[in-house]
Amino acid sequence: MSKQEWPLYEVFIRGQHGLSHRHVGSLHATDAEPAIQNARDVYTRRKEGVSIWVVPAAAITASSPDDKGSLYDPADDKVYRHPTFFDIPDDVGAM
Amino acid sequence: MSVPGLIRLGDNTLVLGQRLSEWCGHAPALEEDIALANMALDLIGQTQLWLGLAAEREGEGRSTDTLAYHRDAWDFRNLLLVEQPNRDFGVTMMRQFLFDSWHLAALTALCNHTDADISAIAQKSVKEVTYHRERSTDTVIALGDGTEHSHTRMQSALDRLWPYVGEMFTTDEDDLTDMAALRPAFDAHVTAALAEATLTRPGNDFAHQGGKTGARHSEHLGHMLATMQVLPRSYPDASW
Repeated sequence: MSKQEWPLYEVFIRGQHGLSHRHVGSLHATDAEPAIQNARDVYTRRKEGVSIWVVPAAAITASSPDDKGSLYDPADDKVYRHPTFFDIPDDVGAM
Repeated sequence: MSVPGLIRLGDNTLVLGQRLSEWCGHAPALEEDIALANMALDLIGQTQLWLGLAAEREGEGRSTDTLAYHRDAWDFRNLLLVEQPNRDFGVTMMRQFLFDSWHLAALTALCNHTDADISAIAQKSVKEVTYHRERSTDTVIALGDGTEHSHTRMQSALDRLWPYVGEMFTTDEDDLTDMAALRPAFDAHVTAALAEATLTRPGNDFAHQGGKTGARHSEHLGHMLATMQVLPRSYPDASW
């Protein structure tokens, strides 16, 4: 008999107020609420965060690695899309 | 004199912390393994505070380690519930649920203790134990109201451990708060959770006693202490 695994959840943690949630890893849980508790125990033992999001991994639609060429390569020779060609007035300061 | 009451609190968290740490590497899922180890560490941390204060107030040169590692079973003052073996995950979580429900009520009362040191430890612990109770309650509900198989196992865990509930609410002058007064808060939480878990509260309130007085520990405590104490007793100068 094969062991039935709990569904996979992706975990996002916000390190401090004002920052955005960042993907920190994944874990298994029976449901969303237990996933929050598991994330609290697995990923915030050392005060890593002030807020947790969990998302069912199955709900994430990901780009296909096979499409890498057509998706990203065309940007290679379009350096003008970087804002480095603009002269920044000194008054603006550090950006 | 607060020392006997402090030792009771510290022995509860020490013995249960040691019991939970037995799961390390063996829990049914990685996430549960880490959660049980976290809870064990919380309880050992609380032990250091309770037994540390007890040792200091006793003033006989004993340290937290002396109290934890160099007393024998009959000197321990923990509840019989916490020394019961882990058996399976269901029994472990039911034991945790019953203990947490009492523990949170006790710490909440101790937060208002007139002794500042005692209320400070209670206020630190109550945050950890609020989470412990939330987690163990959710697990009991999920498994009780789960499959037919998990329901049967949780009902049998409840039937097995219920005779150890009554001792938590016995009280005498050594206790730092009136333990009998905690029963309504315990009953309110446990009754609601068991109803949601579709579990039946046993009708018989017979209670084993003798843990917190030290008069009659179960045979399980000695075996557990042998494992816990072997290193510092064999190598008294060991440090780690």
